[in-house]
Amino acid sequence: MSTVDLELTPSPSGPRDATPSAPRGHRLGIGDLLFRVLATVCGITVAVAMFGLAGVLVYNSWPAITTLGTKMLTTVAWSPSQGEYGALAALAGTALSTIVAMVIAVPLALVIALLLVELVHPAVSRVVGTAIEMLAAIPSIVYGMVGLFVIVPYIQDHLVPWVLSTPLGNVPGIKPGLQFQGGGLSIFTAGVVLAFMVLPFITAVSRDVLKMVPQVTKEAGYGMGSTTWEVMHKISMRYANSGIVGAVFIGLGRALGETMAVAYLIGSVYTDMPRSIFDPGTSIASLIANQFSEATRTLDLSALIALGLILFLITVLFQILAQAWLSRVQRATGGRA
Amino acid sequence: MKKSARSWRLMLLVATALVVTAVAVAGCGSSSSSSTGNPAPAISGFTQVPMSSDTILGAGASFPAPLYMKWGSDYSGTSGVKLNYQSIGSGGGISAIEAKTVDFGASDAPLKESDLTANGLAQFPMVVGGVVVVVHLNGVTDGQLKLSPDVLASIYMGKTTMWNDASITKLNPGVTLPATKINVVHRSDGSGTTWIFTHYLTDAAGSIWTAGADKEIPWPVGVGGKGNEGVATSVQQLSGSIGYVEYAYAKQTGMTTTQLQNKAGAWVKPSIASFTAAAANADWKASLPSMYMVLVNQPGKTTWPITGASFILMQKDQADAARGKAALDFFNWAYTNGAAAATSLDYVAIPASVYDLVQKQVWPAVTVSGTPIWP
Repeated sequence: MSTVDLELTPSPSGPRDATPSAPRGHRLGIGDLLFRVLATVCGITVAVAMFGLAGVLVYNSWPAITTLGTKMLTTVAWSPSQGEYGALAALAGTALSTIVAMVIAVPLALVIALLLVELVHPAVSRVVGTAIEMLAAIPSIVYGMVGLFVIVPYIQDHLVPWVLSTPLGNVPGIKPGLQFQGGGLSIFTAGVVLAFMVLPFITAVSRDVLKMVPQVTKEAGYGMGSTTWEVMHKISMRYANSGIVGAVFIGLGRALGETMAVAYLIGSVYTDMPRSIFDPGTSIASLIANQFSEATRTLDLSALIALGLILFLITVLFQILAQAWLSRVQRATGGRA
Repeated sequence: MKKSARSWRLMLLVATALVVTAVAVAGCGSSSSSSTGNPAPAISGFTQVPMSSDTILGAGASFPAPLYMKWGSDYSGTSGVKLNYQSIGSGGGISAIEAKTVDFGASDAPLKESDLTANGLAQFPMVVGGVVVVVHLNGVTDGQLKLSPDVLASIYMGKTTMWNDASITKLNPGVTLPATKINVVHRSDGSGTTWIFTHYLTDAAGSIWTAGADKEIPWPVGVGGKGNEGVATSVQQLSGSIGYVEYAYAKQTGMTTTQLQNKAGAWVKPSIASFTAAAANADWKASLPSMYMVLVNQPGKTTWPITGASFILMQKDQADAARGKAALDFFNWAYTNGAAAATSLDYVAIPASVYDLVQKQVWPAVTVSGTPIWP
């Protein structure tokens, strides 16, 4: 969903300031002309799709926006049969499950990426790297099923009772709320499975970025007497940090919008704010997936599309934040960060 | 010479690509404009289906879909008329028949008479099925645990929270119930199953159950599972849990069902026989002309209390006599020859007496410019 402008190809000859093209005055063949037209049409298609999508979302959610207004964002419960269209619980669930996912996935992905680039034999790195990329190809419903059959019972029967028996069990945000149902189907479980879903994206991109750190720079670090660890976190990580932030945002975008796996695991409670990560909750995408097939009244459908619009805006917002952050980092580090 | 041949090939390639792109863009443009005009994208796929009377188009409820598909394949073998049934959910079926993009819609929850009149629809029941309560308790076997309507309602209200609560143990002498929390599981998506289940709770334990009855309700307690499979899997994975699923689902996955106390006060187990009793004991005559029938909590000693019918919706004013007749012919065949197929898939066919009512009281309202098309 979220794509961040990453410069993935190493540029040994410094930044390229212009695209190479035929010298001026060279006669352009008819083929060149047609290709140029074709490429422009294809480029426009993307813009049309993007703005068309936004337009359709706004158009179809208009009845809900005019009827419900900001009530959608300020009330908690979602229950169309009672005329309640509050998205606050879904927003909270989306935020919490994404936070859980990122807290688990980001450190794990960075460590794996460093391992693959800096510590293991290139042959091992290739095999493990391919395996990680294959994780990304697994359909999300499969993650949902594995989560339901393996992770849900484990969390409910072992992890949650153990956590609650430690002092952690009384910390707000972990201490079970009113809707606590054992913790198996909960925001935490959804977050754990989301973490495994975004892990391959963050790992693969971070690995590619770390690979681009020039060997000369690293060797200079070793030459100064640095240890491997010092080279990794003072040179490789700093050199690659904007790319790593990009990788994290790609993962974040995926986690925010993930639907099917979350719909099966998050517990789908639409009426209460989650008080704890072990409470069941809901996310915007899973709420849409759950309610869409039986949404018959115009307002029901329109309100669901308005939820889609909210998700769309959140994703765009994160995209803008990511770009802003990247350009700030690039300015601060003087050119390529 | 060689160079110009290559550039011609390139031009041909580019021109082909341009045409393909243009067609794709035009296709996208037309479909997006039709979906903005019609706020029911779930059914927009039906608008361009060619019309001929050797294929019957239907869409709607997922609960009876396996049976309708089996009936459709059996029927095409004897008559040559095919059935194209899209299992898109009751809501989609209602939208589709209101938009007249299908020959019939199917809904697990009946429409009220006012809704039928407003859209010029005729409604009749096609098949009956049961919803069962399933539990996951170590040491408790299938059909062993007994739950009264009040206890079930109290569990789903979040008032009874422990399996060894006195209200449950009192009904179940000889069954060892653990001192663990009851994990309540319900559907997370809007569904006919929830409609039937909550109507049962409202009807049988209205003083305790105050959360309403609809396809989706604000549940006081519990976690949501998506679809029958979601509820079934959650119950199977989490010990101490209770849920409700369609009978066929519970039977085919070997889940632990409970006994329930019916309106006559008798304890019954879910079975084809006890669903049949519910359909037979209901007062269908009183449901005319809309045939709006909530089949829960029907009288009779052997009646399963959480039973529901799945309904067919047709336009009263048909545009094409041949198409309307083709659909009614199919339903006539299903009513008279479809019982064995229904039982084999754990559904219950509509009793012959009810079909008699449908044929004599409802179908005459299906007309082409005022003339009934049946028989």
